[in-house]
Amino acid sequence: MVKAILSKTADVVIIGGGISGCTIAYNLAKKGVKNIVVVEKSYLASGATGRCGAGIRQQWGTEMNCRMAKYSCDEFERAKEELQYDGDIEFKQGGYLIVSSTEKEHEQFKKNVKLQNSLGIPSKLLRLDEAKEIVPFLNTEGLVSATFCQKDGHLNPFHTTQAYANAAKRLGAEILTFTEVTDIIVEGGKVKAVKTTKGDISTNIVVNAAGGYAQMIGKMAGVELPLFSERHQILVTEPLEPILDPMVMSFSLNLYCQQVPHGGFIMGRGDEGEPRDLRITSGWHFVEEMSKTITKLLPPLKNARFLRQWAGLYNMSPDRQPIYGPVNEVEGFYLAVGYSGHGFMLGPATGRVIAESILGEETTLPIDMLNLDRFKEGKLIFEPSVV
Amino acid sequence: MKESIIICRCSDLTQQDIRDLINEGYTTFDEIKRISRVGMGPCQGRTCLPLVLKEISIAIGIPMSDLSPGTFRPPVKSIKLEALTEEAIEGGESYLE
Repeated sequence: MVKAILSKTADVVIIGGGISGCTIAYNLAKKGVKNIVVVEKSYLASGATGRCGAGIRQQWGTEMNCRMAKYSCDEFERAKEELQYDGDIEFKQGGYLIVSSTEKEHEQFKKNVKLQNSLGIPSKLLRLDEAKEIVPFLNTEGLVSATFCQKDGHLNPFHTTQAYANAAKRLGAEILTFTEVTDIIVEGGKVKAVKTTKGDISTNIVVNAAGGYAQMIGKMAGVELPLFSERHQILVTEPLEPILDPMVMSFSLNLYCQQVPHGGFIMGRGDEGEPRDLRITSGWHFVEEMSKTITKLLPPLKNARFLRQWAGLYNMSPDRQPIYGPVNEVEGFYLAVGYSGHGFMLGPATGRVIAESILGEETTLPIDMLNLDRFKEGKLIFEPSVV
Repeated sequence: MKESIIICRCSDLTQQDIRDLINEGYTTFDEIKRISRVGMGPCQGRTCLPLVLKEISIAIGIPMSDLSPGTFRPPVKSIKLEALTEEAIEGGESYLE
């Protein structure tokens, strides 16, 4: 099905057709940029976006993650209308109930809620009896406290990405699927072109939004990025009658679980033994640990049937916050990478700030705090709240 | 007629639904699966996968044998989480890659 080999020029080439690539294309197009090309090696949302846990939350532990997540959630609330999408993005604000299981974690939660409230995020610290009012069958044995934010919730990653992609296309952006980037041509410290399996695209601006493959794209432009990709696994049960409104999550127990609007329970957990070699095969150890831990926390799930498991890549940065903006060494090379497992939910903020950064505008959120040079300067603020 | 021919019993999709998606430009099983949930239900694609591949094959003129069926993931048959928990008491040491 390979069509005629490309030979074209673009104002901006975006590498990666996940949520970030599509929101960046949409925001650039909305600001009037005409000649935008998104290059995706497979189909839209085929990588980390389409493999994620489909949750969105604002309950973070660093100011930047909180601000980007809040901005994104506010936009998600308007997305269906703004993007004029025919399908259903399955937006649900059932909240996130995050439980602590140690005193130390409880102390961190107090700090988190204070920070979140100061930024306008309506989260609250709960006693365990209050948590049980939200999830009556929650087994609180071994737990200390919880935090809850009603505005957190769920979105379908495939439809949401498609909604942004369709809107970008209506505004003139071009999306090339099943087209793989093979090299980036840099001359005199400036981006000149992108080579793909379907031909070359001359351009002065390239955005790296390649998710789990971001470090390889960086190398193509001669830029070493302090990233690695780690497999994370998820399983889903058969669809059941709705019994669980919020996402239930724990950082110390290292798990999350949400009943999606379709009825299935999606659950995942992290594991230090996960491979970091780009494998996204399925592991059995995950299923055993997942079923043991989740049925203890949410006992009615004992009777749910496990249907399918899958895996995707977390693109981990040293402080578990994204790396945004221009690369000083290579003019025209921009980064939207290193989401450390939460790139989907930050999609709208990513699109906005990267588009502004490319156009030389003042960014809505202060992304200079998230530039690549922060690692050289040792200015790291670690995100404590990641599964 | 096409409206009444069920292709996916789990997610309630008809032949017409599948043809509409192919016409919209979703021409791989994985794309159709992700946008419509075909193959994501209790049968895990056992019924619908060959039917969808056949529709794609007819629409784009590529033999079924050359079309990707996507990735098959565990488990082969659905199982209650409780049963896995009981098994896990003795096991839990091995990674299956």
